Amino acid sequence: MNRINKKLQEKDDILSIYFTAGYPGLHDTLPIIKALQESGVDMIEIGLPFSDPLADGPTIQESSVQALKNGMTTAVLFEQLKAVREDISIPLIIMGYFNPILQYGVEEFCAQCAKAGIDGLIIPDLPVDVYQKEYMATFEKYGLANIFLITPQTPESRVRYIDEVSNAFIYMVSSASVTGSNSGFGAQEQGYFKRIDALNLRNPRIVGFGISNGETFKQATEFAKGAIIGSAFIRQLTKKGIKGIGEFVDGIRQVKKIL
Amino acid sequence: MKYHVDQNGYYGEFGGAYIPEMLYPNVEELRNQYLDITSEASFKEEFESLLRDYVGRPTPLYFAKRLSERYGAKFYLKREDLNHTGAHKVNNTIGQILLAKRLGKQRIIAETGAGQHGVATATVCALMGMQCVVYMGEIDIARQAPNVARMKMLGAEVRPARSGSRTLKDATNEAIRDWINNPVNTHYIIGSAIGPHPYPDMVTRFQSVISEEIQKQLQEKEGRNAPDHIVACIGGGSNAAGAFYHFLDNEQVNIIAVEAAGKGIESGHSAATSALGKKGIIHGCKTLLMQTEDGQITEPYSISAGLDYPGVGPMHAHLYASRRAEFISITDDDAMKAGLELAQLEGIIPAIETAHALAIPEKRPFRKDEIVVINLSGRGDKDLNTYIDHFKL
Ligand SMILES: Cc1ncc(COP(=O)(O)O)c(C=O)c1O
Repeated sequence: MNRINKKLQEKDDILSIYFTAGYPGLHDTLPIIKALQESGVDMIEIGLPFSDPLADGPTIQESSVQALKNGMTTAVLFEQLKAVREDISIPLIIMGYFNPILQYGVEEFCAQCAKAGIDGLIIPDLPVDVYQKEYMATFEKYGLANIFLITPQTPESRVRYIDEVSNAFIYMVSSASVTGSNSGFGAQEQGYFKRIDALNLRNPRIVGFGISNGETFKQATEFAKGAIIGSAFIRQLTKKGIKGIGEFVDGIRQVKKIL
Repeated sequence: MKYHVDQNGYYGEFGGAYIPEMLYPNVEELRNQYLDITSEASFKEEFESLLRDYVGRPTPLYFAKRLSERYGAKFYLKREDLNHTGAHKVNNTIGQILLAKRLGKQRIIAETGAGQHGVATATVCALMGMQCVVYMGEIDIARQAPNVARMKMLGAEVRPARSGSRTLKDATNEAIRDWINNPVNTHYIIGSAIGPHPYPDMVTRFQSVISEEIQKQLQEKEGRNAPDHIVACIGGGSNAAGAFYHFLDNEQVNIIAVEAAGKGIESGHSAATSALGKKGIIHGCKTLLMQTEDGQITEPYSISAGLDYPGVGPMHAHLYASRRAEFISITDDDAMKAGLELAQLEGIIPAIETAHALAIPEKRPFRKDEIVVINLSGRGDKDLNTYIDHFKL
């Protein structure tokens, strides 16, 4: 069984952290992954930086620009990940836009992911229908889960279609926004989390976008399996560096522990 | 059908809709409705009457006598520069605002490079009383100041795009992000024949009035409804798509697409996508685009803000790959010279984008009896500062 499925079976309140590979420094990828695992994070999304990240807000975009300046490329990332499985046992997902993957070659990209021990991919601009028609067989051949997004505007029929095609979890975008918004969750988001929960989907859902602290993490995990933090983590990485990771993760979990 | 969009939104292998799920409902709504809405009698009536009474169509097809004498062929200029707001862009914004109204949208966003599309969008928003936000690269804001002022005067908010190369591609990114953040009440008026399906086809259809009129006008003037050559400049490719549209299936007509070579194709400062690009994905469609080995989109360069885009629309990528069209690129210097020449030969100051197409007679020989139509996509008022700097006027 894929490490993602296993983790989702074993545990609730999954905390998944996104970071941009190559940021703040080109060679920080492995140290960050190790620090995240040590601090008790359940799952990691490694961002493959792209020049034009349409679905991302300023924080992730700026970290991507810096990572590219630092020299991050697809080949460099795979080189860095070569030995990652010697120390790392939690699920690893690569999140990247489709063009760099297309240029690398989709099959070769999947093969390299499998070799490095990557469990899944999130490719926000590869629509589910194109994936199913053209690439699903390749992903399955290499044992990679592909993870799709849904939003509050996704019609129920499409949510069910995505649920059919998915085999790990559904990435539930918390509200109509790019990454990095920070306003907390109101009645509207809560209503949406509940509405999707009531659909009794095959796949668990993990909430992402707009989760920045213990409070929003708690709200998100009430009606979903877990939550993903990206921009807030990168902001803290910019401020405090790798040594601040443990404290950040504790802060997210804290509220949950007390309650 | 060979050169038109297919049912899945592709031109050959180019096109499609590679969009984040957040945009799916918006794009799907458009895809489901654009053909139905635009073929309604009431839509057509409103569109045509605005093009006639507000925009000033049909635009003349002008026989450029002195240009023809100098270059030894029969050159006609399709005068899109005489449209209200000074370029072809308004054909598309009129169409899209009528569509947006019928979709019940209250807020309009747009990206702009030269500012022509921004002005054309701000104009139709004023006309319809709709809120308007235009994204524009910081660099373009500086080099197209008159158009920024026009947009503001028309009541639009101009938001600077500060990321990346701070030009058209980045303004487009920002507009797409805005649409993700405002999925229900907002329509995104894309200004060129780019973006996810159905945008390239929708924009092309609104611009196709250009070649429709050329057919009629040539019939009157020359007793034939098609030229030997049709010439247009390509940024994203909307004026070209409109000028080519009704000639695509007539293989007797040679299509000439003109790209911006910038300081030269090999110089590292260019926007000649067909020469420098590879197949990939930009702003939601599969097309030819300038990118690194690693799939990062590169920053193009052209003296003209409207051609400063690292991709071309998928229809043009297909015209290139299938060799239906001839692609020629023109440097900054040659375009500027052609702009000055047209001013002095014909008394018409063209936009610098258009000046690239006007450099073709100098660049490529034609036979004396051949009829060549050049799409004069816009006028040069917005570019006076660039002309002044270049020629020390
Ligand atoms: C006068 C003029 N011509 C051409 C263009 C290029 O756009 P397109 O290729 O979509 O016609 C622009 C864009 O701003 C323009 O203002």
